[in-house]
Parts: sequence; structure tokens; C-alpha cells
Amino acid sequence: MEIFNVLNFDLIPLTLRLAVPIALAAIGGTLSERSGIINIGLEGMMLTGAFGAVYGSFLTGSPWFGVIFACLAGLIIGSIHAVLTIKYKANQVVTGVGINILAMGFTTTMIKVIWGKEGMSGEVNNLSDVSIPILKEIPLIDWLFTDQSPLTYFMLIVVILSWYILFKTNIGLNLRAIGDHPRAARISGINVTKYRYTCVMLSGLLAGLGGAFLSLVQNSLFVQNMTAGRGYMALAANIFGGWNPLGSFVASLIFSFAQAIRFNMIGYNIPDQFIQSLPYILTLAVLVGAGRKTRAPEALGEIDE
Amino acid sequence: MKFKDIIGGISRSESVKDVYISLFSILLALIIGAFLIFLIGSSPLQAFTVMFDGAFGSVSNIANTLTKTIPLIFTGLAVAVAFRCGLFNIGAEGQLYLGAFFSVLTALKFSFLPAFILLPVAILGGIISGMIWGGIPGFLKAQFGTHEVVVTVMMNYIGINITSYLVNYPFKAEGWVAQTDIIPTAAILPKLIPKTQLSAGLIVAVIAALAVYFLLWKTDIGYEIRAVGENPTTAESGGINIKKNISLAMAISGGLAALAGVTQSLGVYERFIDGFSPGYGFTGIAVAVLGRNHPLGVILTALLFGALETGALKMDRVTEISNDLVIVIQGLVILFVAAPEIIRSILKRRESQ
Repeated sequence: MEIFNVLNFDLIPLTLRLAVPIALAAIGGTLSERSGIINIGLEGMMLTGAFGAVYGSFLTGSPWFGVIFACLAGLIIGSIHAVLTIKYKANQVVTGVGINILAMGFTTTMIKVIWGKEGMSGEVNNLSDVSIPILKEIPLIDWLFTDQSPLTYFMLIVVILSWYILFKTNIGLNLRAIGDHPRAARISGINVTKYRYTCVMLSGLLAGLGGAFLSLVQNSLFVQNMTAGRGYMALAANIFGGWNPLGSFVASLIFSFAQAIRFNMIGYNIPDQFIQSLPYILTLAVLVGAGRKTRAPEALGEIDE
Repeated sequence: MKFKDIIGGISRSESVKDVYISLFSILLALIIGAFLIFLIGSSPLQAFTVMFDGAFGSVSNIANTLTKTIPLIFTGLAVAVAFRCGLFNIGAEGQLYLGAFFSVLTALKFSFLPAFILLPVAILGGIISGMIWGGIPGFLKAQFGTHEVVVTVMMNYIGINITSYLVNYPFKAEGWVAQTDIIPTAAILPKLIPKTQLSAGLIVAVIAALAVYFLLWKTDIGYEIRAVGENPTTAESGGINIKKNISLAMAISGGLAALAGVTQSLGVYERFIDGFSPGYGFTGIAVAVLGRNHPLGVILTALLFGALETGALKMDRVTEISNDLVIVIQGLVILFVAAPEIIRSILKRRESQ
């Protein structure tokens, strides 16, 4: 049966692996947009994080410093988006586009400055995988504890934690109120501005970490425009998932599954372009078909006062 | 024609302020760019001199600058028309790929047509495909309220993949490169300056800018589009059909974006090449924003960006600074224009001193 050649067990770990950067950035998008700030800049934030990760590992020789650099880079670019959209009330979509262009230009310029090369950095120490003793012996879920990146576990923690905070705590209740009715939230005494800054900066940090996964786990160097649209895919996953961290995670898994089966499709007569388009077609279908069911935060993109 | 008319009926002081903000944004971005060059350890003055020379230093340099300006005028106009209707078209990139491919396909399939008809038909083929690809997000927004930003982002990837499939499989020319056959000579846009890449696409671009100006400010259709953009509620109570205008504005926007791909394919490459655009659709957003969504502003900004990009190529060769620094400058310009409050607060501080 040909179908078994395409769908085999190896797909599950691969799908999870490919989902990590998308899910991290998607949850970043969820946080930002729940606070009412549209974040088209995820792509640029991810790219900056990927660059920061390699630069940190290059400077110190330690990939963990790379991860810290990625977080800092994400925080910095996240705060640029935050200051412009919250303090200066800039158009959020235009700012996001500006951030993507800036990140693209800046990282490519710096490759040449730091490594004297065109288009890609030098090799740096990458973040190795870990296996967890005892747990890796358990049948059926052994793969989850064998040769996994620490960032994969971090992503899973972020998924659960952010879902819990958003839907089971007062902080989450406030955040959802801000996204839907910012004025009412402000009147009831919530510090809307503080929530917004925190969420947008966190979205930069998470997208930056997603970028670090691309450059330090899946690779050991930075390549010009290496995010290749994953930030936009994360934005799509956030919408597809209904602005819910669990939904974002599931959507990321669906998208990365479409990427994963590409590796098994070589030799079949399905052109790669169709499989690559799949996540976007799915998202469009969901937006149009179930558009009325999954709804965006009501005041998304509107900065009051 | 009075100045007020040229800038499209906005009150004079408002638009003068807008122009100030655009000019200051460029200045600030260039200053930060110069500072970056300094940090890298090069001379900003030398870098900018080399850039200027690269953009305007000779007839062929000027031709190169104008060649780069053409697609940016089209994508800038595309984004501007959508903006005037209150819509954000991030999909110019996908629209220009479809336009490019289908203009080439039309030129190849209708090569039996008389020479003087073939070129207009090929251009039309491109425009129609772009209008459809741009019109879909407009229609979805009008019918289902689906946000056009998300839809156009998705449709960029789908559109680029569709043309990539078409040029890699059914319409691939012999050989290793993913490109179509060369189009018949009759479908090639004539060159304005021999031995350069500058084609009559420039004339098409200027005509398109005039047409957009005429459409938006001199016709009822344009009046309705702008009314929807300025205040949909008022427009609706005034009897304007919002849904129709949203679909129409996006279709026109898609058609204009398509022309960026059409003029590149018929004027520069003389065929369709997979992945040919370095992001004209996205730079078009910067062009429209900086050009204040006005055709004249779009032409001037496109010229500025075209000059920056052409000049940067020489800077890349001569100095140790990457030509991608220009992308940094473009990104900064967008951020400053997006947040006019920054410029206003700087200007205010200066006044109070």
C-alpha cells in the first residue's frame, strides 16, 4: 500500500519538531492580538531572533547564550512595535510591515559586517538534543523523550501555561476584556497600557525563540531570510486556532504536518507547490467557512483615546 | 491647476504637514543609516557619494534607476488605491506574480495575433489576472467580513506557488532554469534607451498614475471609493454601496499591482522567471505610505527608492557595506511615517526651544 509509505510513524516526531518555531511565534501572536495589537511583524521578530541566536553563540561559543541573545533581540524588536503602536498610536499593520522590512535589511547587512560573507553566517555551536532517562523507555511515547530539543519542551510548557493564564486566571480575564472592550477595561481599573506593553514584548520574545529554534536547532548558522514566511504562517495559525494558545498549537501541528509529509512525497507526482500552499488554503477556508464562529478580539487594531 | 487641486482636495495646511512628515522621515532614516555606516567603520559621506553616483552618475545609471522605479510606481499605486478605500492590500506581491505570468502566457498563446494588437492583449491578460486575484480578498471582505490583510497575506503564498508550479511543470522551457519560453518580439515593451533595460513600461507607469489621479478625484467611482475609505457609515447613509466599492477598489488595486509584474516580464526579462520579484509588492507598501497615497507622492517615492536601490548596488561593489543597508533605510522610513507623532514631537520640541 502506497499510503503507508507516505504516512509512517516517523512523521509524528518530525511534525512536532517542525511545529516548534511556528507554535512559539503563533502564541506570541495570540498574546499580542488578545491585547488588541495586530502583529504582522512576527516574521521580522522571528528573523531577528534567529540572527541574535547565532550571533550569541558565535560571540560566546555557548548556544545557551545564543538562546538568551535571541530572547533579548526579540524583546528589543517587540518593544519597538510596542512603543510605536501603543505610545505613538502608529498604524499597527504599517508598523508590522516596517518591522519585517527592517529586520530583513538589518540581519542581511550584519551578516556581511560580522562574517564578511554574503547571504549566510559562519557555522556556530548549535543547541544539542536531549534524552530524558527512564521516560525514554516507556513504549509508545518514548519518542517524545528521545533526542528532543530543550526548546521543544519549552514550547509545550508555553502552550499549556499561556492557555491556563489566558482562560483560568484573573490576568487572562483582564487581557481578554482588554482585547474586546478596552475602554470598559480601563474604566474598571485595569492598567491597559501595561498589559499591552507586556504582551507585545512577550510576543517578540516568543517569536525570537522560534527563530532561535530555526537557526540553532534545525541549523547551526544564520541564512538570509531563513524564516521564509513562517512568521506569516504563525499569524495564520493564531487565527486558525481562534486566538487560543491550544488552538494555535494544534494549527501549528496541522501546518507542520503538511511540511513533514513533503519529505515522504518525493517520488510521488504531487508538486511541492501544492503542499506548500496547503496551510494557507486551509486557513482561508477556515476564515471564510467558520469565520463567524472563530472571532477576533473585538477591538483588535483600535487604539482608543 | 492650483496646488490644492494637485494634492487632491485635502486642505492645504494638512497636506503640507503630511509632506513635512514624509520629508522628515526620509531625513531621519538617512541619518540613522549614516550612523550605522559609521558604526560599521566606513565613511557615511563616501558611501552616500558612491550611492548617488551609482544612481545618477551616467546615462546608463539613470536608466537603471528608472528601470527599478517602474515596478515600485505600480505597486505603490496599488496599495494607495486600496488605502483610499480604507483597505490594506498586502497582497501586491502575489498579484504581480499572477500578472507577470498571465501576460507572458497570453503573449505566448496569442502569438498569431497581428503585432500591434499582441502587446496590448498581453498587458490586458496580466491586468485581468491581477484584478481577479486582488478582487477575491475584496469580495470576501464585502461578503463575509473576512479581514483583507490576512486574506492577502495567504493569497501571496498561494499565488506565488501557483505561478511557480506553472513555470516548473506545464509551461517550463527546455533547460535547467524554471522559466517560460521567450515571448514573441511583438509582445516586448520597446526600449526607451537602447542598450539599457529601461523600457516603455515607464510611460505605462506614468499613464497609470495619471489615470489613478483622474479616477480617484475626477470621477463618481473615485468619489465613492474615497467616501467609503473616509467614513463607511456616512458613505452608506449617503446611499453609497460599500460592498461594491470594496470589491472594486481591491480589483483595481490588484490590476495595478499586476502591471508591476507585467512590465518586468514584457519589458526586462522577456519571459516569466520563477521567483523574479525581490519583494516589489512589499516595498510598494512603503512607497504608498511615504507618498501619502497620492499618485504624485507615489511617483516621487518610487523614484527615491529606485535611486537608493540602484545606488546601493554600486556601494556594495565599491565599499564594504552591503546593499541591504538600503532595506534598513526603507524599513526605518516606514516606521517613522507610520508613527507621525514621533516627527511631530521632534518638531514641537524644536519650536519650543
